[in-house]
Amino acid sequence: MDTLFNNLDIFVDGFRMTFVLFFFAAIFALILGTIVGAMRVSPVTPMRAVGTVYVNLVRNTPLTLLMFFFAFGYPKLGLPDVGYTTLAIIALSLYTATYVAETLRSGINTVPVGQAEAARAIGLPFGQTMSLVILPQAFRATVPPMMSVFIALLKNTTIAAGFSVAEAGTIRQVLSERGEPQLTVLLWVALIFILAVGVLSLLQRYLENKWRVAR
Amino acid sequence: MSSVLYDTPGPRAIRRNRTLGVVTVLVVAAVLAFVVYRLFETGQFEAKKWELFTLPLVHQNMFNALLNTLQAFAYAAVLSLILGLVLSLGRMSVHKWVKYPATAFIELFRAVPLLILMFILYYGLPPLGVEGITPFIAVVTGLTLYNGSVLAEVFRAGVEGLPIGQAESGYAIGLRKSQVMRIILLPQAVRNMLPVIISQLVVVLKDTALGFLITYQELLFLAKFYGSQGQYGSPIIPSAIVFGTIYILLCLALAGVAKLVELRLRSKVGVATKAAGQEIDAGV
Repeated sequence: MDTLFNNLDIFVDGFRMTFVLFFFAAIFALILGTIVGAMRVSPVTPMRAVGTVYVNLVRNTPLTLLMFFFAFGYPKLGLPDVGYTTLAIIALSLYTATYVAETLRSGINTVPVGQAEAARAIGLPFGQTMSLVILPQAFRATVPPMMSVFIALLKNTTIAAGFSVAEAGTIRQVLSERGEPQLTVLLWVALIFILAVGVLSLLQRYLENKWRVAR
Repeated sequence: MSSVLYDTPGPRAIRRNRTLGVVTVLVVAAVLAFVVYRLFETGQFEAKKWELFTLPLVHQNMFNALLNTLQAFAYAAVLSLILGLVLSLGRMSVHKWVKYPATAFIELFRAVPLLILMFILYYGLPPLGVEGITPFIAVVTGLTLYNGSVLAEVFRAGVEGLPIGQAESGYAIGLRKSQVMRIILLPQAVRNMLPVIISQLVVVLKDTALGFLITYQELLFLAKFYGSQGQYGSPIIPSAIVFGTIYILLCLALAGVAKLVELRLRSKVGVATKAAGQEIDAGV
């Protein structure tokens, strides 16, 4: 207990940064993932190709490697200095976006064929079929797996600790310099993560029940 | 090209799609061209920065690092499959004193970030007097605990996805509980879940890269080391390109196996499934 309360400032700062990474990466991943997901089901062949290559390439790259690229490679390109936090957010967003895209795509596949056929039968074009009929239903089917993607994102933010971002993963390093027992510190960090993941899981279950599609 | 979502395009749609296609290609080409231009502008393609990767000694070291990565992967993969099997059996047990601890174990290790888990093993245990924690052991143990818990849920989903009649007919011909599980349920469950299991193994392979952060001398560790060699102009970008390619090829090969298995399974009939392709969201 003492380890936590004597160093509350470090813990609060660390987890605040974790939350910042999580929040911004989640938003950008949702936006980018929706675009890529839409590209993967679109009628335009080059769009599908680009989406497929992007998803397969990035999904098979370790996130650590992606962060490595951005944290060590980007500063060498002579582009404006944006800081390690932004670079970590970019890496996290690019990585998570592929999972968002795949989740959306499989969500679209759960919508019965008849829904799309009916929409087209009454003359809706692709854009309206998607926005009025398919996506609202796909969205509901997507909520539970999407929450799992975000839970994974929350856990993945810790990797930024290895690349000069002072977040939850670096609390150990800071506090070991203050002479705190490392194991105690790490167990507190782990406990906070377990609680955070638990809250997200509860939210997931709640939304799952609330938005269950009646078929 | 026709799909459920849209009709076979008519003349106008074809024209519009073509325009959109060209725009997409142009945008992607522009982005790539900009990146390559920046790389070129900052001298990343200079021979000096790549020279390092032509030395035989470097090749030897890269090979060793590759072996280290594959070794961690192999140990973690086998151990997490075993742990996953044990945990899933525990979780499906009818004995509460087996079921609850197994459930708690699974939920606990799925919720802790893998990196924190490795930190606990590598930095947290030695001060307690636990000796012999090498980076290798920390990486393999961390990967095993996490992926074993995830795989346990995969196995369980596989067994629960089977029609109830499978177990019932087993009991009807007089098999015991353990026999029903071993002879009837598990073989079918593993077969149905094989694509998911292999994609989880891809996650194991990807996550070996976390070893870099606890000084395990695998590919990424070597990438950083060579990337900061001053006399070769700190070729961090060439290094990342070289080592990144190795990683991506390894993972793509394994993911390709998963795809192949999935296609073969789908073409076969006679496997009992209740909910085909049940989504298990594996570790992202």
